[in-house]
Amino acid sequence: MQMSHPSDPNPARPGLSRFLPPMPLFLLQPILKRVVARVARENPSLFNRLGPHKTARFVIDPLGLPFGLLLIPNPEALTFRAFNRRDEPASDARIGGKFLDLLGLMDGGADGDALFFSRDLDVSGNTEAVVCLRNALDDVEGSIAESVAGMFGPPGRAALAGLRRLAAKKGDPA
Amino acid sequence: MKRPELVCPAGTPAALRTAVEAGADAVYCGFQNATNARNFPGLNFTPEEMQASVAHAHDHGTKVLLAVNTFPTAGRFNLWREAVDMGARFGVDAFIVADIGVADYVKRTYPDIRLHLSVQAAASSPEAIRYYAREFGVKRVVLPRILTVPEIKQLAREIPCEIETFIFGNHGLMVEGRCSLTNYVTGLSTNMDGVCSPAADVHYDKQADGSVTTRLADFTIDSFAPDEQAGYPTICKGRYNAPNRPDAYYAFEEPISLNLSGLLPALIEAGVDAFKIEGRQRSRAYVKSAVSAFRKAVDSILAGQEPELADLIALTEGQKQTEGAFKTKKWR
Repeated sequence: MQMSHPSDPNPARPGLSRFLPPMPLFLLQPILKRVVARVARENPSLFNRLGPHKTARFVIDPLGLPFGLLLIPNPEALTFRAFNRRDEPASDARIGGKFLDLLGLMDGGADGDALFFSRDLDVSGNTEAVVCLRNALDDVEGSIAESVAGMFGPPGRAALAGLRRLAAKKGDPA
Repeated sequence: MKRPELVCPAGTPAALRTAVEAGADAVYCGFQNATNARNFPGLNFTPEEMQASVAHAHDHGTKVLLAVNTFPTAGRFNLWREAVDMGARFGVDAFIVADIGVADYVKRTYPDIRLHLSVQAAASSPEAIRYYAREFGVKRVVLPRILTVPEIKQLAREIPCEIETFIFGNHGLMVEGRCSLTNYVTGLSTNMDGVCSPAADVHYDKQADGSVTTRLADFTIDSFAPDEQAGYPTICKGRYNAPNRPDAYYAFEEPISLNLSGLLPALIEAGVDAFKIEGRQRSRAYVKSAVSAFRKAVDSILAGQEPELADLIALTEGQKQTEGAFKTKKWR
């Protein structure tokens, strides 16, 4: 089953982004490509837990950011790219949440079920694919976020520390 | 005062290492198939992972209890036999079983490895527990979550084996090992396939007003308003319309988690030998928080201090917790 949300008026989308011109995402794409390649290289066993869902198309919707992300965790053709919210691609599953909560999930610092119980995490589409992805990421030792931040040296690590401080604050808007 | 063993969940090797680091005395886990009651997609251990994880746990003085706690149907026993054989080869410290055929195989083939009776066997009477102890040499029974602390204390005097009770996590009050609700709806059995509410049959539909409807196959289980806490998509925790009820209501049980932080001293005094934290399907963040909190609480009690109880409400289902039947049979 694939979902299409080309005209889905996401009520949680930041108000202004609806009226802004599309973001120049071409600057972001090579970074995302490097990030996913690094994670895949360092954690090859991650793909085993995805089972038949390696080719599933996951849309990740970080609420509060002006773009979404498309992940296809196929080791033969890894895809991780940003898209403008006006051009959301078709997907098998959709995962939405605050950026910092999603970062926490990737970081092994947040519990997906708890975020679901508190309604801070939205899931739709192929639930089995989402469960596989969650379990695969959760079995990655250490912190994916730290590994990614390390790719960008001290500025990357400083940015991650800042994000974590923000996440620790109560009622953060991100 | 007897030192109870803290038995902790692990759905992945990373979660196992997290539990070990957080102070688990024992970790329970299972293989990636129908031989255990958390046969969820992407979860559990390959044989290679199990072997390495047992070695890691033992290196740190932590036991590994292998869950082989589902019921094989005719013609499928080989899968359970292989799981037991591999567990024995890797050096697990105990098998957690529910089925008498599996129990018999372990007893005859590996008489030196401990047998624990899973909660899936639903043994709650002295007669039932004595039967398993006598016939299969069961060394520990995991009690269903339906007994009060005084009842557990009385039971401890009447049975020849150790007692393990759940202290945190899922509050399952169906007759465990007998529940067929998932089977009725999806054709897959919790007890024989190890999967309650298979994810492939779970659907979340977000409505325009922000509410979310949960379905299992063709059955609507619940609908959560935008600001309402959610629960697991299981039939037993669904909210239904029923005759003579003006509104939809939780006909079986509510989305709520068990938390016995406040009853730990009473449980130790009642003779409980092991405390179990539920949640092999949960993340290593959950494992770290829950295991650390209960490690600290149990150690404080054993040191004669007032236990410091961490707030675990954020991890609970529906963000609600209860002491359930352990406190009173009128808990709901």
